[in-house]
Amino acid sequence: MSLKTPISRRDFIRWAVAAPAAMSMVEEFLPKLAVALDEAVKEYPIIWLQASTCSGCSVSVINTIHPSIKNVILEQILPGHKLILNYHGTLMAATGALSVEAAFESAEKYKGKYVFVVEGAIPTKQNGVYGHIGEKDGKPITMLEWVDFFGRNAMATLTVGTCAAYGGLSAAQPNPSGSKGTSEVFQMLNITTPVINIPGCPCHPDWFIGTVAKILLYGMPAPKEIDEQGRLKLFYGRSVHARCINRDYLDDGIFATKFGEEGCLLELGCKGPFTSADCPIRLWNGGVNWCIGAGAPCFGCTEKGYPDAHSPLYQRR
Amino acid sequence: MKTIATKITIDPMTRIEGHLKIEATVDNHKVVEAKSEGTLYRGFEQILVDREPLDAIQITQRFCGVCPVPHAIASAQALDNAFGVMPPPNGRLIRNIVQGANYIQSHVLHFYHLASLDFYRGPDIPPFVPRYEADYRLPDTVREALVNHYIQAYQIRLKAHELAAIWAGKMPHMASIAPGGVTIIPRIDNITTSLWRLKELTDFIDNVYLPDVITVAQVYRDYFQIGAGCKNFLSFGLFDLDAEPEVTKRKRFFPMGRMSNGRIEPVDPRKITEDVAASWYDSPSHVHPSKADTLPNPAKPGAYSWLKAPRYDGEVYEVGPLARMAMAYQSKSMPKAVQLIDESLSTLRVGPEALYSVMGRHLSRALECKLVADELSSMIMQVKLEEPVCAEHKIPDEAEGMGLWCAARGALGHWIKIKNGKIARYQAVVPTTWNASPRDDKGQPGPIEQAMLGTTVEDTDNPFALARIVRSFDPCIACAVHLLEPGKSVKQFRIL
Repeated sequence: MSLKTPISRRDFIRWAVAAPAAMSMVEEFLPKLAVALDEAVKEYPIIWLQASTCSGCSVSVINTIHPSIKNVILEQILPGHKLILNYHGTLMAATGALSVEAAFESAEKYKGKYVFVVEGAIPTKQNGVYGHIGEKDGKPITMLEWVDFFGRNAMATLTVGTCAAYGGLSAAQPNPSGSKGTSEVFQMLNITTPVINIPGCPCHPDWFIGTVAKILLYGMPAPKEIDEQGRLKLFYGRSVHARCINRDYLDDGIFATKFGEEGCLLELGCKGPFTSADCPIRLWNGGVNWCIGAGAPCFGCTEKGYPDAHSPLYQRR
Repeated sequence: MKTIATKITIDPMTRIEGHLKIEATVDNHKVVEAKSEGTLYRGFEQILVDREPLDAIQITQRFCGVCPVPHAIASAQALDNAFGVMPPPNGRLIRNIVQGANYIQSHVLHFYHLASLDFYRGPDIPPFVPRYEADYRLPDTVREALVNHYIQAYQIRLKAHELAAIWAGKMPHMASIAPGGVTIIPRIDNITTSLWRLKELTDFIDNVYLPDVITVAQVYRDYFQIGAGCKNFLSFGLFDLDAEPEVTKRKRFFPMGRMSNGRIEPVDPRKITEDVAASWYDSPSHVHPSKADTLPNPAKPGAYSWLKAPRYDGEVYEVGPLARMAMAYQSKSMPKAVQLIDESLSTLRVGPEALYSVMGRHLSRALECKLVADELSSMIMQVKLEEPVCAEHKIPDEAEGMGLWCAARGALGHWIKIKNGKIARYQAVVPTTWNASPRDDKGQPGPIEQAMLGTTVEDTDNPFALARIVRSFDPCIACAVHLLEPGKSVKQFRIL
């Protein structure tokens, strides 16, 4: 496998300046010079904040198959459209102050033009002292400050996963860090940047890539395309229950009453009827399985209020 | 000549799981003081109180999206223990398979995507730039191969996730785990598709991952002398091989044990304590996790970390792949591990002492990855269709349970206390709390701190050696800081 990457004019110039250090890349890049000089490629800088998160949504999104994560971060995700991952704490080469500078520089340079991705909830209690990333002038920068600065100046904000969208696990009762979802924090801070939620615990890679592609090709979704929880109906428009593989068991009155038994999983706590997501037809991890396919109830992980609204997780609601 | 000590801060420490800050004081080019500090507080243990016991196996997975499986299993084993049930063979095997697949995912991700960029320049586009300039020594041909393997490794760890998800429902955050076993009813296609995915993983580990680690290690031979750490090792063991209810007597593929002063010793879980001398807590120090309270005091004199300091019998222990492999080697209990280690050491022309180092940790992780992958095939073949996967349980009004297991990053313990059928107390002591712990009651620094002490730092503006040491432990801060509690006067202090 080789790393053949279409490069933009800007990257080409950067490459040319850095040529001595990058001599080994010459052969890789030469055939693509024609593309590099083509100004038609639109670039979308991405600043990806990992706030109060387990990183599971990043881990999930890099599971994208077609496009592969290589296609997403190094190539044109769609013809003429390229994402530039300027900040991502888990993937970027830079560390320490250099990494934080990269985020701030990118936001200043592309003010109003970058996409702000939030993963994880935002601790707000006591002005957000429960989570910080990096320092500025010797003082820690709270995650709340990150969201304020990068959210305010972004073209659009995408929340990846239920924590970023609604608070999720990080905001579960008694919510010791006062964590909130992004829209709620935006409201608190009077930020009007549009937010599209892509919930899930974790977020399915197809939902993320699909939402990005929708925006790149068709612009920000119209209100009628979004449900009351700020999600694209495209992926979250029907209940898990509506398309469940166990519907015939339900119709025949066959219910599993213990783990590892065939039957509809309602008695074991399945929240499929209260959960909107296309898991039954999309499946997970290359289509190998999904929660209900593995005999486990749906826990309602794409919903506002998860997990508290669906607890006890293993009891019928 | 008197020199002026320089304080180095690396914040954030990227390319790890979670939020970590590193501080080191360098005097005359040597690290004389080192601190590692988590920078995010979530409060999971408070979140767990008063919930239904079963919910813990879902909620504790959200400690960490890279390693949810060991939390699911340790939590389920704590429930097994509290409920007095043991999984049938299928339940035991399927838990092992999901765990094994997640080890491969985690180890491949760690070497290529988290650690390897410390040793070569990636492509000159974000997220590979900007980068620190360091002593990148690999020749261009090797560098190009590594860049390509970095890309290929994304596909491989995705396949490892698929292998897990076949049995788990989805990854990350497995659905199919339950007290008494698992929920999935195995089908023949689960077995065939698992075996062929495993074959792809094994090919990559044997022909790409292991050779790459050896290649990098050959060029960075000095890193066999850097980052030794405390040289005490602890492992709770991995892969249950029988259904013995008493965990310390259960047969495991990687055995439970510890290594102290070069001697292999048994583990008595009662001897695990958490010290708080250097932690912002006023609660009694040196207490067993099942009894521990957490009373925060951010104004506590002499404290500098929100992490407690887990100790075994008062001593500092490193956990993780090096701990498991060092013990397998020392005890000679796993002939295949001994053979693999001997072959690698001989190729690299270094002695067994070299294992206790930055490169030794990378090598141990890669060799362990191979041992786990090779073992998975027989476990998949042992799954029996039409046989039970889960033992029935009843939730007692009052009970206590303990789950001891090994995450990819090391020894993991979950302790649950049930009262009136609900969770009354939940404590987890996770690998990174051991490795990134602060000083204890006796003033002994934690393993990562010890590994940094004495390291030569030529340029304090560019302390890449320290980043390499810290990353060799594969820290997982989201796991480590889940048990922190807020303080009343927190506002005056930096939550680190």
